[in-house]
Amino acid sequence: MTEPHSPARDDELHAFVDGELPADRREAVTAWLAENPEQAALVAAWQAQAEAIRLHYGAVAEEPVPARLSIDALMRGGGGRRRWWTLAAAAVLAAFLVGGGTGWMARGATAAAPSASGSITADALEAHQLYVVEVRHPVEVPGSERDHMTAWLSKRLGYAQQIPDLHGLGLKLVGGRLLPGPTGAAAMYMYEGPSGERFTLYCARTTTPESALRFREGNRYAAVTWVSDKAAYVVSGPAERARLEQVSKAIYDQVDKDDWKKS
Amino acid sequence: MATFRQQVEATIPALRRYARALTRDADTADDLVQDTLVRALRSEHLFHGGELRSWLYTILTNLNRNRLRSLARRPPLSSIEDNDAPDLAGPEAGGRDIARALATLVDEQRDALLLVVLEGLTYREVAEVQGVPIGTVMSRLARARAQIKSYLDGERPALRRVK
Repeated sequence: MTEPHSPARDDELHAFVDGELPADRREAVTAWLAENPEQAALVAAWQAQAEAIRLHYGAVAEEPVPARLSIDALMRGGGGRRRWWTLAAAAVLAAFLVGGGTGWMARGATAAAPSASGSITADALEAHQLYVVEVRHPVEVPGSERDHMTAWLSKRLGYAQQIPDLHGLGLKLVGGRLLPGPTGAAAMYMYEGPSGERFTLYCARTTTPESALRFREGNRYAAVTWVSDKAAYVVSGPAERARLEQVSKAIYDQVDKDDWKKS
Repeated sequence: MATFRQQVEATIPALRRYARALTRDADTADDLVQDTLVRALRSEHLFHGGELRSWLYTILTNLNRNRLRSLARRPPLSSIEDNDAPDLAGPEAGGRDIARALATLVDEQRDALLLVVLEGLTYREVAEVQGVPIGTVMSRLARARAQIKSYLDGERPALRRVK
């Protein structure tokens, strides 16, 4: 079946089902299938799948188009109710203010793709928002088990984790948790200050090019994102820029050391 | 010759069909289509000829990917079965089976299969939408079909119940 010169290869059978074969091969395959019942049954099963999909969803295209999708409505900038739309738009369209003025632009690669790192930032902010309000279960592993957590998350993320120590800033490690990331696992570490304010550090592998520290502010929370050596870092916290920059700088300094290079 | 907007408008029914099959939820599907259209209309100046339909499918496919990623972070998940009722096109149980089988696919495989089988795109067009070589599209199709077959044949993976 998979020999290059056999009468019908698997990819030809798919092309046959999808009408992608030139006429002469189509005839040859039809003839070949007549003598190979096993493959013919497979082809029939694929055709039945396709038919079932068209039967199940085909009618949607015959439905009247809802008013909110009319081009006129959309051109007026209207458009009706959306649920996740705003969020998706924020993820993709977010414009980034590169943290200027403070002189801590450590990386020169400002041409990083904003949409990719923007979506990581959005993911991290979403996780931040979700978990910082948790009273009883903000983390999976408590900060008291730092060694265990480091080993576990290094294994799951596939590169060495070094959990920053922020005691100098009055922030205690609450703990961490595993999250789904853009290309596999992500880790989130949570810190808490004396008055209960919480910061999180989100780490994930990324293919986004290296980037400088970027600041992004939402309603209640803000984030600083950077990418270094194929890993993205997002520090999220209350929307108070000076403090967030202070925390981010401290984290940046600790994770950018040579001993935290990916294996 | 139809204007850009007229061409976009003519594609809406097909986009809704594709989105419905991707999301299996009518409201979510129309949200996706709406967002796709907004982007397309806003980016009219970026569109320099080429295949408009493929471009719209590309936007929709990418937006859906973003949506799934942000959903992955928002527990609790509802069970897949819960979403079946509203999108049932007819009373046939077979349709529900195919919908469930589709739900077990890896995203890229589901996208490829639906674009070919439901939307009638050529392999070359799907390769363009997914930004991969045609060979990759074909192997995605092959995997998708094998997975659906084994699902329908009864080898249902154990992870169906999310609740």
